[in-house]
Amino acid sequence: MSAETFEKVKKIVSEQLGVEEADVKPEASFANDLGADSLDTVELVMALEEEFGVEIPDEAAEGIATVQDAVNFIEEKAAA
Amino acid sequence: MANSDSKRVVVTGMDAITPIGNSLEEYWAGLVAGRSGTARITHFDPSQHASQIAAEVKGFDPGDFLDKKEVKRMDRFSQFAVIAGQRALKHSGLTITDLNAEQIGTCIGSGIGGLKVLEDQQEIYLTRGPSRCSPFMIPMMIANMAAGLTAIHTGAKGPSTCPVTACAAGSNAIGDAFRLIQHGYAQAMICGGTEAAVTPLSVAGFASARALSTRNDDPATASRPFDKTRDGFVIGEGCGILILEELHHALSRGATIYAEIVGYGMTCDAYHMTSPVPGGAGAARCIQMALKDAGIVPEQISYINAHGTSTGANDPTETQAIKTALGDAAYKIAVSSTKSMTGHLLGGSGGIEGVATCLAIANDIAPPTINLHDPDVGCDLDYIPNQSRPMPIEVAISNSFGFGGHNVTLVFQKYRS
Repeated sequence: MSAETFEKVKKIVSEQLGVEEADVKPEASFANDLGADSLDTVELVMALEEEFGVEIPDEAAEGIATVQDAVNFIEEKAAA
Repeated sequence: MANSDSKRVVVTGMDAITPIGNSLEEYWAGLVAGRSGTARITHFDPSQHASQIAAEVKGFDPGDFLDKKEVKRMDRFSQFAVIAGQRALKHSGLTITDLNAEQIGTCIGSGIGGLKVLEDQQEIYLTRGPSRCSPFMIPMMIANMAAGLTAIHTGAKGPSTCPVTACAAGSNAIGDAFRLIQHGYAQAMICGGTEAAVTPLSVAGFASARALSTRNDDPATASRPFDKTRDGFVIGEGCGILILEELHHALSRGATIYAEIVGYGMTCDAYHMTSPVPGGAGAARCIQMALKDAGIVPEQISYINAHGTSTGANDPTETQAIKTALGDAAYKIAVSSTKSMTGHLLGGSGGIEGVATCLAIANDIAPPTINLHDPDVGCDLDYIPNQSRPMPIEVAISNSFGFGGHNVTLVFQKYRS
């Protein structure tokens, strides 16, 4: 996991969900640890798509539960 | 109409966020002092607009009351209501618990809803496409969300609703809440009106309808109800909330009672989308209906908080309606338009004017109509020009009329056991 991708994701997650950057750890679950509800999740996915210029289909988004999952998805897309 | 054994309903708490003060105390002090809340628009650059003035809420930071995430997902009209609703509840001393939550409800009207979020999202739609529109747009925009969010933030699980009757919405909300308690649907209601429609589209639309004052060079005197030189209303924003409570419920917990609500009238002109029916027959019937509901005769009324928008059509028409409804007694009643100070909060106006009416009763002071120097032809009542007036106020009524021809009158009186 590149530190650069993680830092960018951390910043977006903190902004979108209104949480401290320090709480956005790789293992943190969006729903359980960071308080994201269904609408937050849609908005967060849109913000990540914008930032990284990738498309995250709904089926893929459903599999993204933690910050680490998001970083992995983005890096795989970038590598493809 | 209420029957003889229906419940009595009293006002036990209030709060207001207004262009002349962001707390109940500041609002009342502003009304008594005759302060204008109107200035050049700061929410956006108004230089292309015919009307460049508004009565904005000033120095309001929702972050002082709500966390960052809550602020982000609420339009301003909901922020006002959630904060004022919580504070009004605190003012009443009523605590919502698991035991009483289902007996307490919310009824908060809005004329427009979250127009700002809609305008922002339309821009995103046009520039970046449909897939970039926020999932929060719809829930933030819909006019009922102030009532929904106030319920979420207070835990009130009783009836929850939102009249959307334009500039009558706040008064409809208070009247509907009164009925819900009278008929046993709730023991207490958090009710009133909220609006935050000082936005580019809204100002453009009202200006095109020729409803707004264009006295851009002298904003503080632009809202001048009943004056010959008035040229339209000044758009305002804010929220007024009352806590209505069934009398025995209030007495049993030793609550302070500020006033009693005793009458509710509502009619429709069925005439025109934006103009009142000439002669004001619809408003006159509304006032009479409210008095009949209250069991009160015109001679008992001390004070009328008029709709008094400062438009060419409203002020003489409302004056005529008051005279038709009350006969000769109309000339002995003190009438004022507090919109001369607060501007016109649209769906929020009935909320803050309900608060003003109850405070007038509680303090025995009638707030003035400021900027009134030369009453127009046909405007021949005692409008309390420019100076508030200490006077005994036993019974007072509040009028609100909305686009669509909606007329609402509320009757309040001093609480007597």
